[in-house]
Amino acid sequence: MSKYAYFPGCSLHSTAREYEFSTKNLSRELGVELVDVPDWNCCGASSAHATDRGLDLALNGRNLDLAAGMGLDLAVPCASCYRRLASSRKSLTENPELRQQITTLLGQPLALSSEVRSLLEVFTTDEALDKMQRGAKKSLSGLKVAAYYGCLLVRPHKETHFDDSENPVSLDKLVTLMGGEALPWPFKTECCGGSLSFTAEDSSRVLIERILNMAKESGAECIITACPLCQSNLDMRQLQLAKEAGRDYNMPVLYFTQLMGLVLGLGEKALGLYRHFIDPRPVLQKVGLV
Amino acid sequence: MLQTVVSEETGVAELVRLSGVNPNQCYQCGKCAGGCPLSFAMDYSPTVIMRMLQVGMLEQVLSSKTVWLCASCKTCSNRCPQDVDVAGLMDALRIMAWRKGSVDRDNRQAAFHRAFLHSIKSHGRLYELGLALAGSAASGRMTKDLDVGLPMLRKGKIKLLPPRIKGRRQIKRIFALTMESGGEQGE
Repeated sequence: MSKYAYFPGCSLHSTAREYEFSTKNLSRELGVELVDVPDWNCCGASSAHATDRGLDLALNGRNLDLAAGMGLDLAVPCASCYRRLASSRKSLTENPELRQQITTLLGQPLALSSEVRSLLEVFTTDEALDKMQRGAKKSLSGLKVAAYYGCLLVRPHKETHFDDSENPVSLDKLVTLMGGEALPWPFKTECCGGSLSFTAEDSSRVLIERILNMAKESGAECIITACPLCQSNLDMRQLQLAKEAGRDYNMPVLYFTQLMGLVLGLGEKALGLYRHFIDPRPVLQKVGLV
Repeated sequence: MLQTVVSEETGVAELVRLSGVNPNQCYQCGKCAGGCPLSFAMDYSPTVIMRMLQVGMLEQVLSSKTVWLCASCKTCSNRCPQDVDVAGLMDALRIMAWRKGSVDRDNRQAAFHRAFLHSIKSHGRLYELGLALAGSAASGRMTKDLDVGLPMLRKGKIKLLPPRIKGRRQIKRIFALTMESGGEQGE
């Protein structure tokens, strides 16, 4: 059994609760123990790093210190939190002077967690995949999936040791392993606009539609992602696109944890499938997954 | 790598100190603009921003739409053959704009960041409902936001009560020592 400190982040406690449920329920099946970092705070993304460098590093430093106290590697499901934590850890490790400044801001000694890993990495280790294959009760056979990585899971390449920044394959491999069809498509790492969907709706909509269009043209029946903001932008905004522009994509956007859970026989409730705006159940029903 | 001198007079030297990024390393290949998902909406592409900084046009850069339309996707930084962290520079430009007080009142990205950080300062974590209500009230877009807000409430995606962490005192201390005191720490 592998054990990690777990940093859910704000989205997983609100807009992405189905990511949290499916993660926790899946972790038990995969034999991965996730222990919540006690009293964690928001990582500040995407506002702190755009406002004050000390604020950004201190908010993330506090979380890294709490995780270090647990003596475990840190597993992070949200791509934005993952990037902020991993990037801050790198800056603070490489620059002792900076670390001293952040220690002053925190008013306490600052220990740094041993390693920051994305949840995707944690759930796709050889050990976890082996466990999944042996416990598989269903297959994704017949399901055409566009694996969407977004930005911060794999970029910038200098800061990440996981997958490829221009053509990542970890989600694709996972889909193939589960018997599904991972479609070749060119928008794996296109940006969904992130928080611009709240402040620059017109520009953000262009990005979201580009991704949805490409997924559709590529023949996808659903998109899978490992980022709560990508998921909510691509899923929720389809409501507005249908209402305001009359464009009905009807493209379900799932978390990779939900598909893994389905393969392992977890139920709709345990995976929060009913929480999506574009109901994924008809597509999943067609291939016998629900 | 070739080291280039940045003029002290234009304020670009201050930007270089703040970001650790030197725009003079850019040789204008255009890869950042080519890959930027938002360049279509920007007034100056990232490549043009780099050139403007090279010739000292900091004021114009600070008041550009580009700085606030950057989504921090890091495609530019990832692809730059000169290893210039363009996205890091955009962060530093936003930080600098705050400090110089050159952020417009009607800048919606800036207003969002302010409301977001206020929420973190109060609760230690993001309180979405509080942020959404503050945002809608400020922008007068209440009905438009309700289109997504109500379905989110129905799906149980918005908590009614704010989260509250125990370490709020420490979070407030961090805010007091950083952005509320002019943000001189952590440079």
